[in-house]
Amino acid sequence: MWKLINIELYKIFTKPRTYIGFGAIFVIITAIEIGIKIKGDDMFAMILENLSDKFIFEGKLINMYGVGYVILNTLWIHVPILVALVTGDLLAGEANGGTFRIILTRPVSRVKLIISKFLAGWVYTLMLIIFMILLSALWGVVLFGPGDLLVMTTKVSIIGSDDLIWRFATAYGYGFLCMTTVATMSYMLSAMSDNSIGPIIGTIALIIGITVVSTVGASLLEPVLPYFFTTYLQSWQKFFNTEFTFSLVAHDILIQLIYIFAFFFITLFYFRKKDILT
Amino acid sequence: MEAYIEIKNLSKHYGDIKAVDDLSMQVMPGDIYGFLGPNGSGKSTTIRMLLSLIRPTSGQIFLFGKDLAVDRYQTLSRVGALIEKPDFYNYLPARKNLEILGKLSSVQNLKFRIDEVLDLVGLLPRAHSSVRTFSLGMKQRLGIAQALLHKPDLIILDEPTNGLDPQGQKEIRDLVKTLSQENNITIVISSHVLFEIEQIANRMVIINKGKALVEGNVHDLINGDDRQVTYVVDNSENVRHIIPGTIWEKRFQKSSPDRVWFKITKDEIPVLTAFLIEKEIKIFAIEPVRSLEDFFLHLTENVEIN
Repeated sequence: MWKLINIELYKIFTKPRTYIGFGAIFVIITAIEIGIKIKGDDMFAMILENLSDKFIFEGKLINMYGVGYVILNTLWIHVPILVALVTGDLLAGEANGGTFRIILTRPVSRVKLIISKFLAGWVYTLMLIIFMILLSALWGVVLFGPGDLLVMTTKVSIIGSDDLIWRFATAYGYGFLCMTTVATMSYMLSAMSDNSIGPIIGTIALIIGITVVSTVGASLLEPVLPYFFTTYLQSWQKFFNTEFTFSLVAHDILIQLIYIFAFFFITLFYFRKKDILT
Repeated sequence: MEAYIEIKNLSKHYGDIKAVDDLSMQVMPGDIYGFLGPNGSGKSTTIRMLLSLIRPTSGQIFLFGKDLAVDRYQTLSRVGALIEKPDFYNYLPARKNLEILGKLSSVQNLKFRIDEVLDLVGLLPRAHSSVRTFSLGMKQRLGIAQALLHKPDLIILDEPTNGLDPQGQKEIRDLVKTLSQENNITIVISSHVLFEIEQIANRMVIINKGKALVEGNVHDLINGDDRQVTYVVDNSENVRHIIPGTIWEKRFQKSSPDRVWFKITKDEIPVLTAFLIEKEIKIFAIEPVRSLEDFFLHLTENVEIN
């Protein structure tokens, strides 16, 4: 099994398309960080205009944590695309390239192949998130330095810098769980397709489609919304609740896990019986 | 002796379409076994079922005496295959491709073995070149190299000369013969080209519309008793006038203004030729229509022998 995982990791990390994800994250994060460095003061002044009558803000509001929080908000739109770019290609790419004919005619179990490809895709997703964290932290330290975090949701909270590391770690951890759900869905579509475009576009369309429909037709979809995993993609924000307890996110984590297992077992069941015709 | 491949009543249906229909055949150790049929006859579907890429609708496949459905892992470790066009990870060099495939087959001394098979197919100097820079002929040879990597007892080649120029086709045929003679590997080779099978195979099956039409020794089929021979003459009417009442009357098949077709044995060719010359028929050429070609065309025109 370890041998298979190694082979799959080798294939992923020697493929040029893999680095599109890392490149895109580098460009997006760098643009955000530099943009905030240049225009951040004006932006924050505008946001805090209504509050400045009632509060006196002291210290650096534009700091590495503040920018990190903005990045967390922004990137969960882009990261699913970058995840699907690789995981959607894991099985469909082999079908499209005709390489199933040379690997599945060897003494390799289809179940083991499915598991090892999934794990390799999962490692890629993890690497992408780690890269995002490191780059965000690096730019944050170099350009801004530490400070307290101002969180504005339905209320305004200020979280001290000594209370932030674990919140970012768990938020990213939850984000990684959500991206695993996206990766597994994309992987499932990949098993059902003989062309990488379908699973990649399909994943994006499903996530964006459900999110848009959930927003626009919220009242219409209200009974089913709690069952969509997309409903909980933004739940990482709960880790920045000043009165955070695990029970706040337990249900959301459970939904993600159920989707991950469901998508994975559908993939396994489907691919075991799939006729390789390409 | 136990058959290396034994297929029993194999069928594959896609809805109402019968891609393979109740096919049975046997490949014995040491055979170069031709799998002949026109395009769309079910050759590739059968081969894919043999390699567990496609699940049969019904029937059984035994490789080396073991049921493929039960002992897939063990049996496939003794089989090498090249199916249709040779596809690889194009962004990787030839050597890396073979490394991946060798690891999947748990090949011992992999680096040495890769050198060995690349040398055998003449690609050692290009071992570090990316596969995307390879011509179709080179990819085809790399395809054979990957099939040989784990020293299989049986190699299955599905249309290995497709798309190659005549020189490339000859190289592949020569390679197949070498593998059989020097490495004692049993080979199944599918093709829709009769000439190719005739050149290299010792036994064969002809299939059409998913059904086996005939299976047997290639030599016997080519040199069977009945062969059609075309005589190119000055005027076929003269021939038609002289044969009534002779033994050639029954051998006569058909004629055109300058050609006459007889169905005769090999030994009868000089006798008939002498007879025609004696009757002052001008013969410009004698063209045997090879029985296998005739057989193939005849069989694949909806005629079922079995």
